[in-house]
Amino acid sequence: MSILVILEQRGGKWTRMSFEVLTAGKNIAEATGLPLEAVVIGTGIEALASEASQYPVANVYSLDHALLGDYTPDGYTAALEQFIRAKQAKYVLFPHTYQVRDFAPKLATRFGKALVSDVAGVKAQDSSVEFVRQFFQGKLNADVAASGEPQFASIQAGAFRALEPTNAGAPVEAFSVNLDAAQIRSKPEQPFREAQRSVDLGAADLIVSVGRGIKEKDNLAVVEELAKALGAELAASRPICDNGWLPMERQVGSSGQTVAPKVYFAIGISGAIQHLVGMKGSKTVVAINKDENAPIFETADYGVVGDLFEVVPALVDEIKKAKA
Amino acid sequence: MKIIVSVKQVPARDSALRINATGKWLDESDLTYEMNEPDAYALEEALQLKEKLGGEVVVLCLGPQRAGQTIREALAKGADRAIHVQMDDDVVLDPLATARLLAKAIQPEAPEMILTGLQSDDLGYGQTGVVLAELLGFAHATIVMEVEPQGNSVRVKRELEDGWFQNVVLPLPVLLTIQSGIKKLRYATLMGIKKAKTKEVKTITAAQLGADGGSSSTVDRVYLPQRSKQLQLFTGDAKSAAKQLVEKLKFEVRVI
Ligand SMILES: Cc1cc2nc3c(=O)[nH]c(=O)nc-3n(C[C@H](O)[C@H](O)[C@H](O)COP(=O)(O)OP(=O)(O)OC[C@H]3O[C@@H](n4cnc5c(N)ncnc54)[C@H](O)[C@@H]3O)c2cc1C
Ligand SMILES: Nc1ncnc2c1ncn2[C@@H]1O[C@H](COP(=O)(O)O)[C@@H](O)[C@H]1O
Repeated sequence: MSILVILEQRGGKWTRMSFEVLTAGKNIAEATGLPLEAVVIGTGIEALASEASQYPVANVYSLDHALLGDYTPDGYTAALEQFIRAKQAKYVLFPHTYQVRDFAPKLATRFGKALVSDVAGVKAQDSSVEFVRQFFQGKLNADVAASGEPQFASIQAGAFRALEPTNAGAPVEAFSVNLDAAQIRSKPEQPFREAQRSVDLGAADLIVSVGRGIKEKDNLAVVEELAKALGAELAASRPICDNGWLPMERQVGSSGQTVAPKVYFAIGISGAIQHLVGMKGSKTVVAINKDENAPIFETADYGVVGDLFEVVPALVDEIKKAKA
Repeated sequence: MKIIVSVKQVPARDSALRINATGKWLDESDLTYEMNEPDAYALEEALQLKEKLGGEVVVLCLGPQRAGQTIREALAKGADRAIHVQMDDDVVLDPLATARLLAKAIQPEAPEMILTGLQSDDLGYGQTGVVLAELLGFAHATIVMEVEPQGNSVRVKRELEDGWFQNVVLPLPVLLTIQSGIKKLRYATLMGIKKAKTKEVKTITAAQLGADGGSSSTVDRVYLPQRSKQLQLFTGDAKSAAKQLVEKLKFEVRVI
């Protein structure tokens, strides 16, 4: 019995979140006394496996197969199912990435289990483990217990600090998987990006970002005024770009841009995790929201609870005065 | 093409959340409800596929009686008929239990395509579609932005992180989880609303389906998250809050 952390790599590059999951695993290891082990999956992954062995884990397993080179849900699920059945793990942990969202629920189903997804915290004490999940896009927390074994959980970005390598030199063991090309139903093509971005929000010092609280496209002038007064770039949450009110390239979040300005003004944005991952590197976060329980206030440094249609124009006035 | 769209009814986005006496879920008495947002996009995609290819769009919803309102909304937008799997209020199922019930309801229908939303706005598992595909033996793709039918297969554009995308070709029957924003949503017309009243809604109870709805995970308690310790909140009227904020921006953060 052990705690398995399934590290994610794509094209030979680590997904950094993987090392945050090692920390989650370490917390469970300390409470339960179970060994922490890491799993690398793909093809041509010797170098990655040996890098993984430098982290403080008991073992590294490498699942190397030509059919695991391009990610497919069928390939990954089959390989990991074979491995987990052989290992009899107690906990299987993943980073909650788009790739994991794509196969981990399928894998857990093979074991008759529900994956505990998008876990924001772990409460591990005396061999009892609860996972903290968020309901309502972060407005409500829940402690969730999984039963039996294995227990599958995927860990939210930023929920844990990444574990550091300690030159541990853990043993690396190859596990050979049986895969047949006929098992793999989907044919993935090369990933691509859409047309070149003409704005690089990543370089902006000040960002005024607007969310669904703005209600209508015509109201955007309200926040444009603020951006102008501050000399800031304008950005938005996903629904604003989905509606075509602002171009896609101004979307901040997991599927948009990642920004780290001196000040990020979140205006009428609730603070869903997919938005937060794109802006939590900001030095200072200012939130204006009419809902005092909006999750954005958990991340903000300064906040105003109020109607943006009153607060933002007042703010523009005050900024102009201060600059005069 | 026969397409099943799974549609969930969820508390409206602006709902004030109050925890109920059990401490394990919400007081549902003061909530209002709406169609889960990504599901509205899944429905739109299904309706456009039907317009192109012909066939049938069947709405599938697991939920208490009140969910009938969301089902009628989907029918008014153009779905042909619906299956309502009824369950009690105040029950929080894990994604496996939900998918087991949905799978039972889908089996006799033998669709070529199932569309789900990529995530529910309330429970946010982001899993039900993928689990459903596994239970039914369908190929699947998640976070789908475009659907291009190609005879016995389908080519889809998946969203990856950081502005990347990937096309994937999959054989039918297939399950796709649809991302918000994939197409512009239509409104129900008056005509549509009228017609919806005559469309078939088959009601089955979860018990009749006889699916093993057992959960492997349970909610022990729910609670409001804590605010960050560093948060300075400015209150009062807009003008005085703005003034205090500008002070900070000028003298502490030094960006004005
Ligand atoms: C796979 C995936 C990827 C995603 N990628 C992204 C992404 O890259 N970027 C992103 O942003 N989202 C992304 N999302 C969506 C994300 O989950 C949220 O749905 C989205 O961020 C919500 O946007 P919002 O905060 O603008 O809207 P809402 O959640 O609707 O929040 C609106 C806020 O405005 C407030 N408000 C309303 N009226 C007023 C007023 N008059 N004055 C002040 N405040 C007001 C409300 O209190 C509320 O807090 C993704 C989701 C998934 C599942
Ligand atoms: N009770 C339900 N009834 C119908 N569809 C559902 C239900 N629960 C989940 N779904 C579908 O599964 C998707 C993902 O939900 P979830 O796994 O809860 O995030 C939703 O967008 C719906 O399309």
